[in-house]
Amino acid sequence: MYHLALKMLIGDRAKFTMLLGGLFFAALLMTQQCAIFFGLLAWTTSHLSNIRAKVWVVEAKVEQVNELKPLRDTDVSRVRSVPGVAWAVPLYAGILQARLNDGNFKPILCIGLDSASLVGRPALILSGRLEDIRLPNSVIIDDLALQRLKTPNGPPPKVGDTFEINDREARIVAICKSDRAFFGYPYVFTTYDQALQFAPHQRKMLSAVLAEPALGFSAQQTADAINASLTGLRAWPEDTFFWDTIRWYFKNTGIPISFGTTILLGLIVGVAISGQTFYSFVLENLRNLGALKAMGASDLKLATMLLVQVLTVGLLGYGLGMGAAATFGAVAAQRGNPPFLLPWQLVLGVLALILLICLASAALAIIKVRRLEPAIVFRG
Amino acid sequence: MNPAVAIHAQLITKGFGKGTARTLALKGADLQAHLGELQLIVGPSGCGKTTLLSIIAGTLVPDSGSVTVLGENLTAMRQGKVTSFRRRHIGFIFQQFNLIPTLNLIENASVPLLLNGLSRAKAERAAQDMLDLVGLAHRGKNYPRELSGGQQQRVAIARAMVHNPRLIICDEPTSALDRDTGHQVMELLQAVARKPDRAVVVVTHDPRVYAFADRIAEMEDGRVLSNQPALPGGPHLING
Repeated sequence: MYHLALKMLIGDRAKFTMLLGGLFFAALLMTQQCAIFFGLLAWTTSHLSNIRAKVWVVEAKVEQVNELKPLRDTDVSRVRSVPGVAWAVPLYAGILQARLNDGNFKPILCIGLDSASLVGRPALILSGRLEDIRLPNSVIIDDLALQRLKTPNGPPPKVGDTFEINDREARIVAICKSDRAFFGYPYVFTTYDQALQFAPHQRKMLSAVLAEPALGFSAQQTADAINASLTGLRAWPEDTFFWDTIRWYFKNTGIPISFGTTILLGLIVGVAISGQTFYSFVLENLRNLGALKAMGASDLKLATMLLVQVLTVGLLGYGLGMGAAATFGAVAAQRGNPPFLLPWQLVLGVLALILLICLASAALAIIKVRRLEPAIVFRG
Repeated sequence: MNPAVAIHAQLITKGFGKGTARTLALKGADLQAHLGELQLIVGPSGCGKTTLLSIIAGTLVPDSGSVTVLGENLTAMRQGKVTSFRRRHIGFIFQQFNLIPTLNLIENASVPLLLNGLSRAKAERAAQDMLDLVGLAHRGKNYPRELSGGQQQRVAIARAMVHNPRLIICDEPTSALDRDTGHQVMELLQAVARKPDRAVVVVTHDPRVYAFADRIAEMEDGRVLSNQPALPGGPHLING
């Protein structure tokens, strides 16, 4: 009987297309907007994903990873002295100006790593050698820098090329892959000492201390130990820093409201179009449904038929919408813009919402059919 | 020989609306129809024919009275049982055919069998055979919109008979058809009614079909005035 239910729906081309379109549009809008939103949030935490330290020790008033405030150099030793810390290394992170060969200036995110351990080094080197970062005036640029540090009409920078940072020559020794930063500046990695040479001199230059928990300590226990022992500093386990950064952007920017509105719009459009279309489909088929009821179709059978219809078109719309969103994501990934992150939770979440839209649409129709008197077919 | 009783409706009342707007469509209607007969219910518009037919078919619950169909007291049954009874034992032919426009003829005719739990393949095979019986074997893959009114009603007859119901309920089966087509349809229904374990009840105010009846019940103002065997040469109605 269910194949006939589907044929009844698909046979009504206009309604079927409208229904499918509504659900496709809702799935696409919700997935795409959420994925861009998640991508944007991922960009806000790119320091964490690019540097990958278990415990971050920063100035006490720091609220999120993009607003690091300078510390004293001696704070590295203070952190090392805390029981529960296996080792700790300094980190410089700051926005500097790169001067290109054509005289143009471009902002960069300069990351200075401990030269002995290279803790926080890029995860993937695309060309060149990581170890060469220890050579004087050496830097590793990321893949985004290939576009951003390119002179107009010139080729993208390559290993061996030079540019200037704060009037000092910087020689590219490697090119790496990194996650993009929220502000859209390319990452330029160098050693901590070299970064201090590049950066304009200030009384305090240390941005953060990266620490490793000692054997038997979790990141949280080490962070707690540091927070209990040291004043003027605050230690964060990486995941806490991640979520607090996300929370900060939720609280202090209009991004969630902006995206949330569009996502809500997708949901409302889905409910409105699908619910209304399916309901009108049922209204138009009321005599046929009444005839089926007269012929002995139970309320349960008719309700199941309606559910099969709406869930089938819902899954189709979901599949098409998700496919279109994934295609958009693939193009975005190739271009590097806009941010796009499609975690499995989002895939399942949108499926749940689409099913919710379908069930809401079916509920109205089922109530209508349940109240339908089979004797309606005998009235002219 | 007194043929077996197919339908026994006693003192049926049915009203619609509430308060001062309430109108009584049936005011104690009685009807007895027999197996092996084509029973007509006739009368002027608004006399309660369709309401009585709906109650006999189990699609409407009377306010009072009792209805026994094929030996089962429908008024004493739970609604779910009545639905199941309709599914197994009653075939329906409607004035507007009520074929589902997006299903082809085989699919339309197979609906009662599918509702009774038969597999799709078996149901469609039986539906094809039934279409053959009503002269539409070659049109099985066509859609209702591609058929004339008469052909559509023949599909409706095939649908009503495909699961071998013992009672066929017809509501104005010829009112949307021309004279010749109406004649063919009534011949088909008459052939069904001739089987000893079947009964056909037809509500109509089309006098052209009186000649096919075995028995004619005449209604007026919510009551059955008479229920007489049809006489050769046409009906002799109280209001005729």
